[in-house]
Amino acid sequence: MSAYLLSLAIWVPIIGSLFVFAVGPERRSAARLLALVVALAGFVVTLPLLLNFDPTFVGFQFVEQAPWIQRFNVQYFLGVDGISVLFIALNSLITILVVLAGWQVIEDKASQYMGAFLVMSGLMNGIFAALDAMLFYVFFEASLIPMYIIIGVWGGPNRVYAAFKFFLYTLLGSLLMLVSLIWLFLEAGGSFNLIDWYNLKIGIQPQILLFLAFLVAFAVKVPMWPVHTWLPDAHVEAPTGGSVVLAAIMLKLGAYGFLRFSLPIAPDASHQLAPLMIGLSLIAVVYIGFVALVQADMKKLIAYSSISHMGFVTLGFFIFNQIGVEGALVQMISHGFVSAAMFLCVGVMYDRAHSRMIADYGGVVNTMPKFAALFVFFAMANCGLPATSGFVGEFMVVSLSLPLHRRHACFRG
Amino acid sequence: MLNQFVTPDLLPAAPEIFILVMACLIIFADLVVGQVQRWIMSALTVIALAGSALITYTTMDGQTVLTFSNMFVDDLLSDFLKLVVDLTVLAVVIYSRSYLVARNLDKGEYYLLVLFATLGMMVMISASHFLTLYLGLELLSLSLYALVAIDRDSARATEAAMKYFVLGALASGLLLYGMSMVYGATGTLEIGAIAQAIFHGDANKTILVFGLVFIVAGLAFKLGVVPFHMWVPDVYHGAPTAITLFIASAPKLAAFAMALRLLVYGLFELAEQWQLMLMILAVLSIAVGNLAAIAQTNIKRMLAYSGISHMGFMLLALMSGVVGGQVDPFGTLNAYSSALYYAVAYVLMSLGSFGMVLLLSRAGHEAEMLDDFKGLNKRSPWFAAMMLIMMFSMAGIPFFIGFFAKFAVLLAAIKAGDTVMMLCTTTLMRSL
Repeated sequence: MSAYLLSLAIWVPIIGSLFVFAVGPERRSAARLLALVVALAGFVVTLPLLLNFDPTFVGFQFVEQAPWIQRFNVQYFLGVDGISVLFIALNSLITILVVLAGWQVIEDKASQYMGAFLVMSGLMNGIFAALDAMLFYVFFEASLIPMYIIIGVWGGPNRVYAAFKFFLYTLLGSLLMLVSLIWLFLEAGGSFNLIDWYNLKIGIQPQILLFLAFLVAFAVKVPMWPVHTWLPDAHVEAPTGGSVVLAAIMLKLGAYGFLRFSLPIAPDASHQLAPLMIGLSLIAVVYIGFVALVQADMKKLIAYSSISHMGFVTLGFFIFNQIGVEGALVQMISHGFVSAAMFLCVGVMYDRAHSRMIADYGGVVNTMPKFAALFVFFAMANCGLPATSGFVGEFMVVSLSLPLHRRHACFRG
Repeated sequence: MLNQFVTPDLLPAAPEIFILVMACLIIFADLVVGQVQRWIMSALTVIALAGSALITYTTMDGQTVLTFSNMFVDDLLSDFLKLVVDLTVLAVVIYSRSYLVARNLDKGEYYLLVLFATLGMMVMISASHFLTLYLGLELLSLSLYALVAIDRDSARATEAAMKYFVLGALASGLLLYGMSMVYGATGTLEIGAIAQAIFHGDANKTILVFGLVFIVAGLAFKLGVVPFHMWVPDVYHGAPTAITLFIASAPKLAAFAMALRLLVYGLFELAEQWQLMLMILAVLSIAVGNLAAIAQTNIKRMLAYSGISHMGFMLLALMSGVVGGQVDPFGTLNAYSSALYYAVAYVLMSLGSFGMVLLLSRAGHEAEMLDDFKGLNKRSPWFAAMMLIMMFSMAGIPFFIGFFAKFAVLLAAIKAGDTVMMLCTTTLMRSL
């Protein structure tokens, strides 16, 4: 049983979504109930992963390996380490929240909405679990499809533009990745196995090219300055659930990609190009932080603050220090919860006020005091107030980067 | 002298002969079948295509047989392509029936021309002689010109047919001129003998390369790649959708076979020269096709431009077989097989997407503007889902066949070398 846990985490939501689709758009309550059951089942199958995970074991656990496309030696090769197992659990948990958040709000084609999120959840579990580069790429690209549809169908007035922008930006980035994956495949003598790739000896010149190609792919996803412009548009137009998944999980794919591909495959290039990465991260932290300050639209504000938070993550990776990387991971998980909570709060407000303008939210504390308290609490966590999870990660990253670079990585407002 | 007369071996050409016989039968049937029993015509066509596919399948044994004084070849490639062509045309005929009936285009000519075009394609696929190749090409092209103009009352279709005819005739002329140059240099029209002659160095290289330029230009016209692509959007747009479906699917396979027979089987020794030409054509096609596709508001034109870029991808694979004049047997075969895979994948996607356009066109209304597809999900979610799958497949998103086809091509192209790789990466800025 434990041998197939990862497959279950991937395929339970996807196969379950077929049943949700089959319910049809007419029967709303049946669709959402079934979707909740599937999402819960998807979460339950990830629990044994967390419980049976052996943190002392070096390497990948719960490994599954089977041939897939034999002609190109592509394998169905899954496994998790301490990094990815957390994201799989986070992803499955967020999916439950998304289904619940869409419970009342989504009246139009509820079964398709819920089904799309379930498919996406399965695909993103696949991204985190894949140890075969081609399998990773397939999941990585395929996860675009449900998100594109979610933004394009259930989004705001300008949804088509936002969906296209999202799609084109991310597709453009990932094509460069595909080319480098094929190059690595040939270099490794016909293997897409990531563990083989980690042992490859590559010269510095190709390493830098590879690093840059991966950088384009993952920087769009993170998103890093200056390729971040799709994110505010996508967030503003996406329905609440879409924003939640986008912020909580999808942004992490880019950072995860750095950890899984760029750093281990091109380590020398990573060291050489670290100043570039640190510079871009600092611009994201400081400049985008200021941009967030002046936003009048609540969703845009959270979107820009997400970019700035992800700046801390990439900063943490490229100061090359164990605590820095750990801080970045804490920051990723914390941001996964906090930004999801923020978007859900905005969703609650939007459904009542039909406005995303911060100015329109005055006086909420009189009518919804408990909600307002929670909202403020999450906003504080987003700011990185001590005693919230947001503080831990930022503190770890900043305290490590200060002695190294003597630059101020200031906190966002 | 009677004993010198040798009856050619007819068996390798059995699928073609069957189609021809059935086509003749349909001419007669057209005379006797009344308005009520029109379905007989379409049934006969279906039988012709299915029968030909069956014959091809049962005689597929992987052996290379030459017949008709080495003018006609029956090998695994031709069997496979013929099978796909037969089945594609079969699907086209079945898809198109209700559209044609609704527009009163369900005439005997349609079935006849489709069968003759199919016959032309099959002859092209099996050609091992420049004359056979040209014969098949012209049979195909002439049938297609007539098919585009089959709706005689439509000014747009007539204009498209005229444009197609003039440009197509020009392309055929170029091709023929190139062939005559090669004949002048090698003294033979037989594809295998040409390869031998060039290999032994008996041929004048200057004349050969000169001829090669014309041959590649003619091929590019027929494939519809940049800068010889001007006719593609106009013809796809102008022709009745059922005809567009036909033009956009099976003939691409025949054109692929023609490119393979001419360039790889015949002029392989000149690979370094045609590789460069194909590279330019491929890169331009991918770039122009994609950029122009984004700007279209008419789905038929959009699919036409997307088809241009797909043909560019196919050429990319075709040119990757030879690396710096060196032939690596595995890599070369891999490149050609990925080109073949791409061609078949494209035909399937094209069949699917034009089939959707056809399906959604009701009597008296053509669904061809992109705006016509708005809200499709409300009206018919299954069609919308199918359309989505087709579009994602065309864009090369994983899990759909388009991705695996692109993947195979890229793999071959990157293997072929760094300069090519740089070009690939720069041209990858594509969307549809």
